Amino acid sequence: MQVCCVPREAMKVTGQMLALEVDQLKKTYANGVEALKGVSLRVEEGDFFALLGPNGAGKSTLIGIISSLVNATSGEVRVFGTSVQRERSLAMSYLGLVPQEVNFNQFERPLEIVVNQAGYYGIPKRIATERAEKYLRQLQLWDKRDQPSRSLSGGMKRRLMIARAMVNEPRLLILDEPTAGVDIEIRRSMWEFIREINQKGTTVILTTHYLEEAEELCRNIAIIDHGEIVEDTNMKQLLGKLDIETFVLDLREEIQPPPRLEGMDIHCRDENTIEVSLPRSKSLNALFAELDDQGFHVTSMRNKANRLEELFLRLVEKGASS
Amino acid sequence: MSQPNSWVGYRTIVRKEVTRIVRIWGQTVVPPAITMTLYFIIFGNLIGRRIGEMGGFDYMQFIVPGLVMMSVITNSYGNMVSSFFGAKFGHHIEELLVSPLPSSIILAGYVTGALVRGLMVGAVVILVSLFFTRLEVQHPLIMVSVLLLTSVVFAMAGMVNAIFAQKFDDIAIIPTFVLTPLTYLGGVFYSISLLPEFWQKVSAFNPILYMVNGFRYGILGVSDVNIVRAYAIMLVFAVLLFITCMTLLRRGTGLRS
Repeated sequence: MQVCCVPREAMKVTGQMLALEVDQLKKTYANGVEALKGVSLRVEEGDFFALLGPNGAGKSTLIGIISSLVNATSGEVRVFGTSVQRERSLAMSYLGLVPQEVNFNQFERPLEIVVNQAGYYGIPKRIATERAEKYLRQLQLWDKRDQPSRSLSGGMKRRLMIARAMVNEPRLLILDEPTAGVDIEIRRSMWEFIREINQKGTTVILTTHYLEEAEELCRNIAIIDHGEIVEDTNMKQLLGKLDIETFVLDLREEIQPPPRLEGMDIHCRDENTIEVSLPRSKSLNALFAELDDQGFHVTSMRNKANRLEELFLRLVEKGASS
Repeated sequence: MSQPNSWVGYRTIVRKEVTRIVRIWGQTVVPPAITMTLYFIIFGNLIGRRIGEMGGFDYMQFIVPGLVMMSVITNSYGNMVSSFFGAKFGHHIEELLVSPLPSSIILAGYVTGALVRGLMVGAVVILVSLFFTRLEVQHPLIMVSVLLLTSVVFAMAGMVNAIFAQKFDDIAIIPTFVLTPLTYLGGVFYSISLLPEFWQKVSAFNPILYMVNGFRYGILGVSDVNIVRAYAIMLVFAVLLFITCMTLLRRGTGLRS
């Protein structure tokens, strides 16, 4: 698809209005667990926004309140300026939700599921059927439209939930870990589909544990931990904060003794492989030059972790230690 | 964007419910037909012949309205509680909860589904009864209105049960320990005039007595209770249950965390 050729910088948010406003949102469950401790967030119309956080950080509670499945203890959520708490029906008409867990009736058939969901949004059956066909085809499920949905594979069930969420053509689409447990080929086709609908103007909020997915797709990002937003910025700025990057280098020579590299931490993995933590102030050229001077030749090199993953772990670990 | 068309949403819920009733017809329509055939053979025919007349009618004719009501009550309640709790248990109730549909439409859609099943089963039981006896409807409007009101009341009662239920056991307790005894003691098989005075007074607290007798009045023209009082009681229950259902749905009790 041609969309994958569009550079991220070219995909501007329209910024006409805010798709989502979250103000001082708090949620304490009946068992006393304080899931959200006053979260505030803004997502512009047209954005592709990542909401990241470790398990139990409060992501699903936040999404639950936005989609009205969870009642907030205090605070307010507005979707395109409409309060979820005060004008639920109108606010929900803007929204499409792909939840983390499969939540369709597994005795129903895919076409039935998608058409019924359209009906709940007031879309007449004829239009609903046309749209269901469009999205089931785009998500490669049209051939399975009349099969019992319980017989679909895990990846197909996730795509069915995307088709169901798209049938009302929402202005804001929330995807809660849409690619969890999906193989890489299907994951990439899902990325392309989601990127395409974002290109057409739908604001997308994505939560995922695959951080390369967030880095690949999203322009802005918030990280939530222990019920609080610990970072809320754009992806480029966040990645710019990465002051040290760790590389894994395979060397042709046996590491005996290990190379001495000034200002860099080295860790030997095995007799031919080292991990080097490279500060931002040093260039890769300098690293290669120093290794060359000491008689080591690099045969291959890779990042130890995805850049966003390194930052994410640092932010979350910092939160845990404080 | 304006408010979505709730009428389409209502029709969608009804269509989905009716599809479910038809899809599992072996669990919805067939069992009451078999059970009621057995009631007609054993109680109406074999035992009924020895009992003779009751309320001025032969015993078979006397029990037909009661058995129809018993089926309508059980099936309206059962349809709502199993469908709504099933949706809650399987989490697909979330499809409705995240949609713009107001609580009143969700309630109306599910109640209509329960009503369809109650009336379908009621019609099947009447058809079966025609193999055993002759029925001449005395007050068709009363017959139909009592049938509808009863079905709606028990559909809403089923929703309250489904909202509070957390496991499948919770949806079996009320039908087994409350609904069945009240139905059997609600004048399905006998006229309360046969009871000692004390038990007649106790029976007056059983709402099902009014529904069964209201329906019997519609078909046979006889009743153990005042028909106006029967309507008043059914309407009071309908209003109270409507308010309860709406309050629970709006608050999201048992549905939204």
